[in-house]
Amino acid sequence: MNVPEDRKYSKDHEWIALDDDGTAKVGVSDFAQEQLGDVVFIELPSVGSNLSQFDKMGEIESVKAVSDLYVPASVEVLAVNEEVLSSPEILNEDPYERGWLIKVRLKNPEELESLLNPDSYINIIS
Amino acid sequence: MKLMETSLLKTPLFAAHTKLNSRLVPFAGWSMPVQYKGALSEVSAVRNHVGVFDVSHMGRFLVEGVDSRELLNWVHSADLNISMPIGRARYGVFCNETGGIIDDGVVYRLGENKFLVVANASNSDKVLEWITQWRNSSYPQSSIANITQNVSMIAMQGPKAIQSASSIFNYDISGIKPFRIREVGFQNQSLWIARTGYTGEDGIEIMPDSSQSITIWEALIDHGVVPCGLAARDVLRLEAGLLLHGNDIDENTNPIEAGLQKFLTLEGSHFCGSESIKSFMKNPYLRKLVGFKTSSRGPVPRPHCLITTEEGPVGEVSSGGYSPSLDTNIGLGYVRYADTQIGHKLNVVVRDHSVGIEIVDLPFYKRQL
Repeated sequence: MNVPEDRKYSKDHEWIALDDDGTAKVGVSDFAQEQLGDVVFIELPSVGSNLSQFDKMGEIESVKAVSDLYVPASVEVLAVNEEVLSSPEILNEDPYERGWLIKVRLKNPEELESLLNPDSYINIIS
Repeated sequence: MKLMETSLLKTPLFAAHTKLNSRLVPFAGWSMPVQYKGALSEVSAVRNHVGVFDVSHMGRFLVEGVDSRELLNWVHSADLNISMPIGRARYGVFCNETGGIIDDGVVYRLGENKFLVVANASNSDKVLEWITQWRNSSYPQSSIANITQNVSMIAMQGPKAIQSASSIFNYDISGIKPFRIREVGFQNQSLWIARTGYTGEDGIEIMPDSSQSITIWEALIDHGVVPCGLAARDVLRLEAGLLLHGNDIDENTNPIEAGLQKFLTLEGSHFCGSESIKSFMKNPYLRKLVGFKTSSRGPVPRPHCLITTEEGPVGEVSSGGYSPSLDTNIGLGYVRYADTQIGHKLNVVVRDHSVGIEIVDLPFYKRQL
């Protein structure tokens, strides 16, 4: 299972990765996409919305089931990945790069401390 | 809590599914593969090449004896009297006395007084009980054997199915015409091969002795046939406009409103429930099963989602899913009769979304001949 080192994870299988410009991107893990199976619909928050850590930020629907998405930190949504909205299969193909979901500004960067590092995340999914 | 797992039935192909790393889920009391590599790639394999499904969980009953034909003619809606030579198969429904659908299934005539009944896994016990009840009360010169565990069932479906099967079985499968069944020899054993399926593609259903099922499965996989799970099967059957008992039909639906009239023999012969169905047809219909597609991709209409107009609810979704062939969401549902014309636009409520839909002709997908 692919769990990149350069980001933090929530126990609900979202990841958050800091970019060089101080913003961050949020997505779901490779483990999550594999569990879900083929994704057919993704709903994301609108640009400009403000969310608190672990708020519901949208939903992800696969051939067989619907799951809620939770934001791993308190954020302001700067952008949503339009490409993954129109072609949800990208999330299955590349969950960590092209399959990112939202680009955010962190409101409270120390919240990241409460998230899982890659090793701890590997423990909960194995 | 391992209780659930240990109580699930396993088909003779269980080890093969584990070996292929399929994802197993409980389904109608069985542990069944929901997918191997991925539902949509499996759908694509069946639409473009050939896929294989373990459908050994479906109920298989052998009905024999001088009363067997009359017994089945009574419990099953198809006409098994006329034009039902040996080797023929017919789809139809098993109705209760009020015309409600206990199950749908195929009856195959294997011999003069020998029939095979294939029922849905989830209704298998009910169908067996129902047939047995009628046998005991009215058709004593017949016997019913549950061969579900002794004989496996492997569906091989797709445009390349006949060609691949002919080479695997070293037998001209194209000689078995649609809705026919034949006994074929394979490695010193005999098995049944039927030109039937549940995907909207050409293909066959292979019924070998369970001891031979792994050998056959592996021969198919070695031949490049793609293993497919229940999720792909559901997408394929929905695209083909084939109904699923428990979703689209049940004991509270009537074959007429479900659009199954062509599978009923209402003239001449009688089957259980036919009188109720005939009197139902004399009254104006209240609702009808329709096919619909969504105006764009979006949240998927699922069973029990309400179908609405500005006035309010006019129906309910019975099946829904993403259709890779149409690249939009499709579904079936019961809708108030006045709102069922093709092209009519309605809405469906999916969680907190209102999704535009259009009533379309069935099937959604028709294979090129």
